[in-house]
Amino acid sequence: MKTTLTVNGETHELDIDPRVTLLDALRHHLNLTGSKKGCDHGQCGACTVLVNGRRINSCLALAVMHDTDEITTVEGIGTPENLSPLQSAFVRHDGYQCGYCTPGQIVSARGMLSEFRQGWPSHVSDSLTEAPDFTDAEIRERMSGNLCRCSAYPGIVRAIRDAAPEETDGKEAAE
Amino acid sequence: MKPFDYIRAETPADAMRADARIIAGGTNLLDLMKLQVETPSTLVDVTRLGMTEIERAENSTRIGALVTNSDLAADPTIRQRYPMLSRALLAGASGQLRNKATTGGNLLQRTRCPYFTDISQPCNKREPGSGCRAQGGYTRLHAILGASEHCIATHPSDMAVAMRALDARVEIESNDGATRILTFDEFYNLPGDTPEKETNLAPGELIVAVHLPDPPAGRQTYRKVRDRSSYAFALVSMAAAVAVEQGRIASAAMAFGGVAHRPWRSPDAEAALVGREPSAELFDEAADILLADARGQGGNDFKIPLTRRVVKAVLTELTGA
Ligand SMILES: Cc1cc2nc3c(=O)[nH]c(=O)nc-3n(C[C@H](O)[C@H](O)[C@H](O)COP(=O)(O)OP(=O)(O)OC[C@H]3O[C@@H](n4cnc5c(N)ncnc54)[C@H](O)[C@@H]3O)c2cc1C
Ligand code: FES
Ligand code: FES
Repeated sequence: MKTTLTVNGETHELDIDPRVTLLDALRHHLNLTGSKKGCDHGQCGACTVLVNGRRINSCLALAVMHDTDEITTVEGIGTPENLSPLQSAFVRHDGYQCGYCTPGQIVSARGMLSEFRQGWPSHVSDSLTEAPDFTDAEIRERMSGNLCRCSAYPGIVRAIRDAAPEETDGKEAAE
Repeated sequence: MKPFDYIRAETPADAMRADARIIAGGTNLLDLMKLQVETPSTLVDVTRLGMTEIERAENSTRIGALVTNSDLAADPTIRQRYPMLSRALLAGASGQLRNKATTGGNLLQRTRCPYFTDISQPCNKREPGSGCRAQGGYTRLHAILGASEHCIATHPSDMAVAMRALDARVEIESNDGATRILTFDEFYNLPGDTPEKETNLAPGELIVAVHLPDPPAGRQTYRKVRDRSSYAFALVSMAAAVAVEQGRIASAAMAFGGVAHRPWRSPDAEAALVGREPSAELFDEAADILLADARGQGGNDFKIPLTRRVVKAVLTELTGA
């Protein structure tokens, strides 16, 4: 089936079986292997990408359903020569060990920060109506969809806290 | 995954076909298709049909079936007027999943019973008449109320529990142009001897919205007890709204998750609270009524005392007793 995916600003025309997940389309059809397959069942967050600015699990999405959507993967967040603030904070704070979960953590953190800036409450927010404080408890709860088998969590939380003020792509998640 | 044909619905009528399975967020359906628990031959994608509005009407709020769980939890009206619903949504799944999960799909998500999701096992829900391996097996997640000899599965949704406490109704359209509006007890079935028939939605029918009546009086909350403090399904959960006037309970609504095949409500337990002064003894009395017919399966026996403790903790919090 003909499908157009816009990934990191580049448009790609694909002809794919409707069974292909967005994750497999990125990895196997577009050779963008930054997004990782951990569980393939929505449980680990390694496959997190942004669709129209919002973070989702690309393993539980069909590529054909994202025809014409704007997708951002970790490759679109920064490059080895030009790391984004979140990416360099992960390096600085040891936000990983094996690194398998890291692309998902970084893309998820980007989406999470945008949700936070829009004032979305979380399970640990005391108030649903006042703007939440950016505490470590808030970071942990909002990032609970990203598992790290190496348990680099303390570094992940520090990295996100540190990079939060600078990390934005200038566009907020679609209203 | 088994091969399937994919259709993108351009109009609601395109989605109302008895020979196709609706896909919305896909977070439950695709998961189950990968396991071959679900094997639809045709998928109809409803995500370009709109139905993403939350509209305030005279005496109700209408939530479009494709409003995402994130948008619903963050909506100012829901946060202010129906805080238990925001809280229930925020206690469910993860940030990524809530961004994709829709209101209609959340209502229709299937049980997390591990025998249902393992196609090498018999399961009356997946394959009617094949038996229930859960009974006598691993039952930590299973029902203590309203189960049958054919099925002891629970409904996994948090959102639906809050909606049940709020007396929500489901608006359904079918291809003959008819609209039906069902209460949650009309919409969801108990397992009985047809556990495969989880709801009264007919093939070809489309959920278009959920209606919430004006919020109940008093304070509201949602309490979820689970094996991890985040990103885990409920062992037991409770959504409640309680109003206290002049030292007595004026009204009470309580719904429970993790305990039955559908969000559970006990009108008798609620009635027992009304007109009485809040106290630990009274809360125990309500829990006695709620749990009178509760039955454990071994691995889930703990849910009976746990539900009682949740009832007491939530009622204490809401009444200040
Ligand atoms: C790892 C993980 C953890 C989770 N944790 C929780 C949790 O803690 N609490 C919780 O409540 N949920 C949890 N969930 C479940 C999640 O909430 C559901 O998967 C989601 O709400 C389903 O919505 P969807 O739009 O993705 O549905 P889909 O997968 O698209 O559809 C589900 C079903 O609904 C039908 N359907 C969808 N829309 C309509 C419509 N408009 N009309 C008629 N039929 C329709 C489909 O045909 C399908 O049968 C979790 C899921 C995962 C994967
Ligand atoms: S690979 Fe998608 S959530 Fe694990
Ligand atoms: S760094 Fe190894 S899984 Fe997170």
